Amino acid sequence: MATTQVEPVPDSYLTDPRGLRSWLVTRDHKRIGLMFLVLISASLALGAVFALLIRTELTLPGGQVVSTGAAYNRLFTLHGAVMIFLFVIPAIPSSFGNFVLPIMLGAKDVAFPRLNLASLYLYVVGMVFFLLVLLLGGIDTGWTFYPPYSTSTATPVVLAVVGAFILGFSSIFTGINFLVTIHTMRPPGMGWFRMPLFLWSLYGTAVIQVLATPVLAITLLLLAVERVLGIGIFDDKLGGDPILFQHFFWFYSHPAVYIMILPAMGIISEVISVFSRKHIFGYDFIAYSSIAIALLGFLVWGHHMFVSGQSPLVAMIFSALTFTVAIPSAIKVFNWLATMYKGSIELTPAMCFALNFIFLFGIGGLTGLFLGALATDLHVHDTAFVVAHFHYTMAGGVLMAFLAGLFYWWPKITGRMYRVGWGQLAALVVLIGFNLTYFPQFIIGARGMPRRFFDYTQLVQPDPDFPMLKPHPEFVYYQIISTVGGFLFVGGLVLVAINLIGSCFGGRKAPANPWGAATLEWQCDSPPPRENFASAPEAGDCYDYDDLEYDEQAQEYVKLP
Amino acid sequence: MDHTKTPSAPNSASQADVPLAHVVELRILLTVFAALIMLTAITVAVSYFDFGAFNLSVALGVATIKATLVALYFMHLRYDNAFYATIFVIAVGFLGLFLGITMLDAVEYYPDVQTWQQSTR
Amino acid sequence: MTQSQEPPPAPRDGGNHDAAPLAHHFDSLKQQYDSAKLGMWVFLITEVLFFSGLFCWYAVFRANHPDVFVDGHHFLETPLGAFNTAVLIFSSLTMALAVRSAQLGRRAPLIGLLSVTLLCGLVFLGVKTAEYRQKWHHRLVPGQARIEYFFSAKRTDGVSAPPAKEFLPEGEGQAQYRQYVRQHLAHAGEEILTEEQLQGRIANLRSFMGIYFTLTGLHALHVIIGMGVIFWILVGAIRGRFGPRRFTAVDLVGLYWHLVDLIWIYLFPLLYLIH
Repeated sequence: MATTQVEPVPDSYLTDPRGLRSWLVTRDHKRIGLMFLVLISASLALGAVFALLIRTELTLPGGQVVSTGAAYNRLFTLHGAVMIFLFVIPAIPSSFGNFVLPIMLGAKDVAFPRLNLASLYLYVVGMVFFLLVLLLGGIDTGWTFYPPYSTSTATPVVLAVVGAFILGFSSIFTGINFLVTIHTMRPPGMGWFRMPLFLWSLYGTAVIQVLATPVLAITLLLLAVERVLGIGIFDDKLGGDPILFQHFFWFYSHPAVYIMILPAMGIISEVISVFSRKHIFGYDFIAYSSIAIALLGFLVWGHHMFVSGQSPLVAMIFSALTFTVAIPSAIKVFNWLATMYKGSIELTPAMCFALNFIFLFGIGGLTGLFLGALATDLHVHDTAFVVAHFHYTMAGGVLMAFLAGLFYWWPKITGRMYRVGWGQLAALVVLIGFNLTYFPQFIIGARGMPRRFFDYTQLVQPDPDFPMLKPHPEFVYYQIISTVGGFLFVGGLVLVAINLIGSCFGGRKAPANPWGAATLEWQCDSPPPRENFASAPEAGDCYDYDDLEYDEQAQEYVKLP
Repeated sequence: MDHTKTPSAPNSASQADVPLAHVVELRILLTVFAALIMLTAITVAVSYFDFGAFNLSVALGVATIKATLVALYFMHLRYDNAFYATIFVIAVGFLGLFLGITMLDAVEYYPDVQTWQQSTR
Repeated sequence: MTQSQEPPPAPRDGGNHDAAPLAHHFDSLKQQYDSAKLGMWVFLITEVLFFSGLFCWYAVFRANHPDVFVDGHHFLETPLGAFNTAVLIFSSLTMALAVRSAQLGRRAPLIGLLSVTLLCGLVFLGVKTAEYRQKWHHRLVPGQARIEYFFSAKRTDGVSAPPAKEFLPEGEGQAQYRQYVRQHLAHAGEEILTEEQLQGRIANLRSFMGIYFTLTGLHALHVIIGMGVIFWILVGAIRGRFGPRRFTAVDLVGLYWHLVDLIWIYLFPLLYLIH
């Protein structure tokens, strides 16, 4: 844990009290958030390794990394499962959410600190299960565990399912904690509509975590029961119903994409306003749209099942409802743009990543409408187009916001400043690398490149058995561009890691308010003392920057008298 | 619910007087218990008669009355903050949403499954 | 431990030992109590949605395969289910009374009522065990062959596990099983069954028992967890840990126990009464 080796800063949460034991049994939300951050970043690195292996494999037709489809199945399943369950779902709420939520409320901790620690340990146990699966050779069902294949494959599905079940409980505990904390622990003077928007988005996230995650838990439990005892639930050979599984699974997993993206949107709302030095535009609408996304997200799960055998009636209902989710998302994007309009924009690394987010999430969100429309979905279903779409939303959305948050709160978390220039460069490299990786996949996907194929030789050569099929030799060029982009993308991430970890050793000491933000977490020291505030802070307008001025000497923003 | 935090005054006498929760009268709890047992007896007795399509509605209707009684009185929802009742109802609403749409779909696609099963037999 | 280095929390309640200790991050006892209660309600919501998956499974099967339930319910004993319902409702009453005693600071009734609640839980599980045993005897438990294999010497002798799909016992056991199903259905008024009909009935029975055991099994697990936490507060009550301003734990455990009861209120008619 690089950040614990910081040169001692008097009275900060990092050093008070000292000792490994005090960290392991801590109930301090900041320490728990920081440990989550370390574990989640490690998961991201693991997932990225699988991603690079997949990209290398797909560069050319034929086998480069693996030689069988079975091995490739394990590769993409591990990439998907690690990234989804260990990275994107907990990425922002468990790390930054835990760290800043109580401080933004001027509170000393979340409502249930012990539950919070339990959430961390459940995450660790879930991680151990996933690592065991990895050691046993991985599973080959895809991260969605669809039966009947998942009830018959010889790979250790039950182990992975139990791991995901445990991670689900970690997520539920975080959700319960946030919900209750926001309800009962707001400071005097902070009504619902004076909360920072990050808290609104965490509130929406918590609602989904609480309402949807239990359904995943029961789904996975039933799958395990079916696999072990042969009870006919989902497997048609046992008298079950495979489409039922997909309903169960997506009732959780579609709202779960909003568990991933909502907190990301919250970070963007904070960062855009601070670095445009302008009051956030349309506060109420952004706040309401978080709740609207959380609720509408529950009405569209069937759009993952258009080709599953779902009835046309229900498919049409889901397709129509899917378009409604675009409205609150667009409201947010327009409000961010309006916030930047005529603002004095400062391109700090956090702002650069936030701009990356808006650009990439815009593409990801709009291509989502292609997939939500029944007719086009039939064409692009299970192609690289889908892969590109969800990477634009998940990596281009959640990961960019995660990085924006990382650069934004890093001085607060570690008490050190990083190199701004290197951060900006990293943002640029990531943006270029990202688009090189995924944009070609839209093109080849629309032309018929399927997902989950490790060898596409037959697609690029004329097939003697099917002379009417047009070969696509150009797929190879796009795949090469995509692989080069993939390495550039990961290179950008390495640059981020070097810059940030390096700042812990000899970076300039961070002032309390380096960015001139008006939310409460910037009123306490960097890093914050153990109980955050010596006396309860007064909550004002958290987007009013008029009374903050930059002090050249202290290199920080100070409140005008 | 009291959404604003009360100013911190832990030692003041006034705070010790703030009641934490309502104490339900003994008579009410016993009445609710009697009602629950009676409803159980009714639902068992009724199950020996055949109401055709109404069997399900009768059984579930009685169960819902029982569940409401438990929630309102044993779980104090009637006396507590209305917010708890609200979120509980919302949860049941989401259960209904999940169940409703999934059932709608299952009933819609099942004829196709039957056709397919007969064609492969 | 971080706890030991924290400032002593006791003075914040004004030296009143009947009141709960106030955690460092709360301002008042009321805030602490409300947070705990809201947290419990949110947890109960997750429980409702957890069971929603089971109800959904039931509903879809009931809509598409009603014959499963017509055939299956002949194999359950309604009187036992009704008895268990009454036991659980009674335990809910004693739990509600226990919460009341805790709120009023009456220690002896609290201990007594919690003990009765615990006893009711035991009776419920006892009846459930008797029902399960009977099903086991007639080989109606899903995955029975695999469970037997797991607990038998075959496992260590290197015999491979029976496949999960296997339901019927082999050899003589199978004939007995068929005979049992045939007789049981004849008793319920279905006299003559062709081989094909019997096969269909057996498949239905298998689906029904899958639903029955999963639903009641998960519910029983919740009863066991509930009994565990009731035991924990019973110990607390004996040690005099609860008072008029210090009953949060009893209240929350009560809510959990009532929810377990509430779920059974639905499971009972769905499994035992509907045909």
